[in-house]
This record gives sequence, structure tokens and C-alpha cells, in this order.
Amino acid sequence: MNKDEYQKLVSEFTPKEKKLKNAVLAFLVGGAIGFIGQVVVAILTTSFSMEVKDAYVWLCISMIFISSLLTALGFFDNWVSKCKAGLFLPTTGFAHSVTSAALDYRKDGFITGLGANFFKLAGSVLLYGMLGGFFFGVLGVIFHG
Amino acid sequence: MIFLNAFLLSGVFCMIAQVILDNTKLTPGHITSFFTVLGAGLAFFGIYDKLMEWGGAGATVLISNFGNMLYLGVVEGYKEMGVLGLFSGLLVKSSAAISAAVIIAFVLALFFKPKD
Repeated sequence: MNKDEYQKLVSEFTPKEKKLKNAVLAFLVGGAIGFIGQVVVAILTTSFSMEVKDAYVWLCISMIFISSLLTALGFFDNWVSKCKAGLFLPTTGFAHSVTSAALDYRKDGFITGLGANFFKLAGSVLLYGMLGGFFFGVLGVIFHG
Repeated sequence: MIFLNAFLLSGVFCMIAQVILDNTKLTPGHITSFFTVLGAGLAFFGIYDKLMEWGGAGATVLISNFGNMLYLGVVEGYKEMGVLGLFSGLLVKSSAAISAAVIIAFVLALFFKPKD
């Protein structure tokens, strides 16, 4: 049996239900994060008379703080492996990847460990995000500017 | 109802990401990078603005909003400073998120040890 045949067999026996369950869980968890975010924005704009634009920035920072703290306390890794896309697609995933890299590599020293590996996981988001943002931004200036 | 829209919007994005993850060999790193670039692309076509109007925070909690902010930074930088603004404006809007992630992660790494 070669590799391709084996892969076919494996995919035949992989339960479809698990994929459905994963998708529903990602929908619910991701949706809950969006909903809570909207509640936070509503509170900030009404009770603290903040501008919507600023409220979004505060929301982003508080999400980063909460998910980083939960990562440092050791809860977040388990949750991410269960909820997957529901937690790694929101900004929480970015914060989680930075914090977990910082925690894991600190033992190798502050420069060669923590410093060198700080953006190990989040680096691709930063790099390709900046490249894509620049590319589309230049296009936007050309076409809409 | 913006609360329901926020739930639906971020939920659907996460579900699409989960379906991609389960049916391809792509890792979460691939998918988050793709959605970031997708956010910049949607911003170029004027769709991300509409998503933010419709879904409010549902659109801003996603990593795609990072791409959207990078795009807006470039466009607004060009309006203010010309060609130099393309470079100096890129990170302006997303600066708060990146700085917060860096500072918070470093401070937490000083105080906590990894749980194997």
C-alpha cells in the first residue's frame, strides 16, 4: 500500500461528524467572542461616552490582555486545541501565539531565547499581513485615491 | 440587531476557517496569515467597511481586521504625506494592537512559567 492509498483509507474512516462538530463549535465560540466584543463596545460608548473608534481599540487591547493572561495561566492551550478556529482566528490567537512563544523560549535566555523566538508563530501574520496591506494599500491609492 | 450580527459575522468567519483547517493540510499559521491578507483585500474592495457597519465588533475582533487596519494606514498615510506616507502609515492604525501584544506578552513571560 503506498502513501496515497493509505491517505484515502484514512480519510474514509475519519468520522464526518467530528468535522461538523468542530465547525459548529468554531461558529459558536467565534460568534460568542464577537457578541461579547459588541457588548463591551456598547458599554464603553454609552457608559464611558467613548467614541466608537476608540472603543474598538480598547476592545482589541483588552482581548489581547485577557487571552495573554489566560495563556500564561495555562488554560488557553487546552481551549485552543478544543475550539481551534473559534479561538485562533480572532485577535486572541495572535496574542496567544506571542505569549506562548515568550513563555516557552524564556528558558533559553532573554536574547537568544525569548527575543529570537518572540515572533516565531506570529511572524507570518505580521509579515504577510504587512505585505498584503501594503500591496492592497498601493492599489487602493492608485484606484481610489 | 447589531449584537446578533456581530455573533453571526465572527461566527461564520471562524466556521469557514475551521472547515478549511479540517479539510486541507493547512496549519492554523497558514489560515491566520491568509485571513489577514484577505482582510486587506476586502478593505480594498470596500467590503470590510460594510462588514464593520453591519456586524460592528464582530468584524473588529477578527484577525482580518489587522489587514483592514494596515490597508487603511497606507491609504491615509498617502493622503497626508504622499509617497513617504505609504511606508510611515502602514503600521499607524495597528500600532496599538501590536504594541499591546508585545508589552503584555513580555511582562507576563517575566512572571509566569510555562505549564509543560
